[in-house]
Amino acid sequence: MSEGALARPGTAPAAAGDDLLTRWRRRYLRSEGIRGWCLSAPALFVVIAALAVPIGLLVLFSFWTQDYVHIDTSLTLHNYQLIARRTVYLEVFLRSVAISGLVTLMTVTLAYPLAYYVAFDVTRKKMVWLILITLPFWTSYLLRVFAWKIILGYGGVVNSGLQWLGLIEEPLSFLLYNPFAVILTLAHAWAAFAILPIYVSLEKIDRSLLEAATDLGDGPIERFWRVTFPLSMPGVIAAAIVIFIPTVGDYVTPALVGGPSGLMIANLIQTQFSKANDWPLGAALSIASMVTVTLIACLFVWFSKKATARIA
Amino acid sequence: MSDPARFIDIQKVTKRFGSVTAVDAVDLQIARGEFFSLLGASGCGKTTLLRMLAGFESPTEGEILIDGQPMAAVAAHRRPTNMVFQSYAIFPHLNVGQNIAYGLRKERLPKLELKKRVDEALEMIKLSGYASRRADQLSGGQRQRVALARALIRRPKVLLLDEPLGALDKKLREEMQLELRQLQESLGITFVFVTHDQEEALTMSDRIAVMSAGNVLQVDDPHSLYERPSCAQVAAFIGSMNFLKGKVRGRENGHAVVEAEGLGTIRAEAVAGEFGEGAPILLAIRPEKLAITDSAERAPLDNYVGAIEGKIAAASYLGDRSHYYVTLPGVQRPLAVAAQNVDRETEGWLQSGAPVWLSWQPKGPILLPAE
Repeated sequence: MSEGALARPGTAPAAAGDDLLTRWRRRYLRSEGIRGWCLSAPALFVVIAALAVPIGLLVLFSFWTQDYVHIDTSLTLHNYQLIARRTVYLEVFLRSVAISGLVTLMTVTLAYPLAYYVAFDVTRKKMVWLILITLPFWTSYLLRVFAWKIILGYGGVVNSGLQWLGLIEEPLSFLLYNPFAVILTLAHAWAAFAILPIYVSLEKIDRSLLEAATDLGDGPIERFWRVTFPLSMPGVIAAAIVIFIPTVGDYVTPALVGGPSGLMIANLIQTQFSKANDWPLGAALSIASMVTVTLIACLFVWFSKKATARIA
Repeated sequence: MSDPARFIDIQKVTKRFGSVTAVDAVDLQIARGEFFSLLGASGCGKTTLLRMLAGFESPTEGEILIDGQPMAAVAAHRRPTNMVFQSYAIFPHLNVGQNIAYGLRKERLPKLELKKRVDEALEMIKLSGYASRRADQLSGGQRQRVALARALIRRPKVLLLDEPLGALDKKLREEMQLELRQLQESLGITFVFVTHDQEEALTMSDRIAVMSAGNVLQVDDPHSLYERPSCAQVAAFIGSMNFLKGKVRGRENGHAVVEAEGLGTIRAEAVAGEFGEGAPILLAIRPEKLAITDSAERAPLDNYVGAIEGKIAAASYLGDRSHYYVTLPGVQRPLAVAAQNVDRETEGWLQSGAPVWLSWQPKGPILLPAE
């Protein structure tokens, strides 16, 4: 490298004969900041174009109002006041949170033992197990929801099976089109998302820590609660967040298997953008639920960290 | 109360993993309050033996008794042993105080008493005031001490140490060796120490078991192990040793007379049993027991014999001492010689290719069975 290239940026006068390209090339090689920006530019572009701009538009929309086809662009809190006044929105939103919360709880609880088994007891062919876990993703999400419709439906697999066995006379009608069906379908659809992060966090635990716990007098159950579980907490939190946030906003499953009682906030939002044709209200609902879900997620992370510190 | 010489009694213990025999019918008795080392190269079965004492592995055959109690039916978490792990295994989600107090939960101590015990333990390892530090804020040496305190706070009958000093740098390791030894002497707890470092084992132990391929080759105190090895394998593993092929020619004044390659007919001490006349043996002599001089006149020092001419094949200067490799006529491998550099002026003078004379004290060479 020449002496000029080693000099501090800004202090050394550019050597005679350096063209613009060489100067920029030198600056690029010297500055970590510029290199970082260049490397992250493509992702940054996509995020800004596909995420920040739409959300910004959504926020803007939520302060407008719409009267049939005419959109009034004067800024107002009208939509948010409407949401606060009409209890149906709050009710549906709370129901969504409750359904997602139950889905999260159920999925994580069911996923944990499986992840534990694969991490600790499977010694060979771990890969086969991991591929099997992701197997449901080989079909489309919609197909899987329809599959549950077939299983739980009035003339579905469960009902006809029970009838064939002579256990029931009439098909059970409470299997489908209610929150229970939504929870079951979502829990199944998101299982792999729970298993994988928990598996990774369990797999990472240094086995000598478990032996140390045993050595210091812990039986298997105590050891689990004092060492294994707290150390797998990052995986559990990740799994819970990864399931809770998207399921609150899910609208396909409640639309197909939820019936009127299983309706969720996303279905209301979708209605605003389509049938009701009130985009500003839909935008306000989206923003309101997004902010609330974010808050819930933050609170959850904070609480679970506190709780882990206590049990250990 | 059990026999104090058989505080830990390992009886014909074998451990197989599939077709691999990690520990092969080992018989070993460790006394109460002893600092006992299991020494061997990696894969010799020393760690497996230690893990069987801790209860992490169970013997395929044989029995282990600690303080007279058979351990076969005692689960790892109920044994009177505690372990210092090679990786230290400090719980990353707990601070130093919580790590040390971990094993006391079963005792259900009142809070004040618990704090007192932890503070005492911290004082013992010279880390007072570190109770609320996180594990990742500790240096290697500090982690090692925390692991030690965590194990000792349970007041075990036996402390098991699995190469606990392996990850420390040389200076810290030497410090910890001394501290461990002092701690063991003041507590009077039986220590079983696994290491592959022969110097470490010699420095710290009351007795050492040298292991190889799942077998115990020799159990002895450090001095006997070094000066009176039972076989060529032990002799080669502890320190370094020159081996010369030879035959027994007879006896004289309690010593064997041996004809050894390169050295001619010399006297040597048979430390590992007697050999009949004509028996093939190995004559072994440690590098520091050979004296090296640069002229035949200076060679016969007081009480020394020999003065055999050779040539330096390689020389390395280590400051306090120099190592030479000397080729003797009729000997295949050059002999290693270690010479203290006592004189500031004249040492380091021996260069490759220089003619030299080797001599030794009559008690220097020993006889070992030929392999």
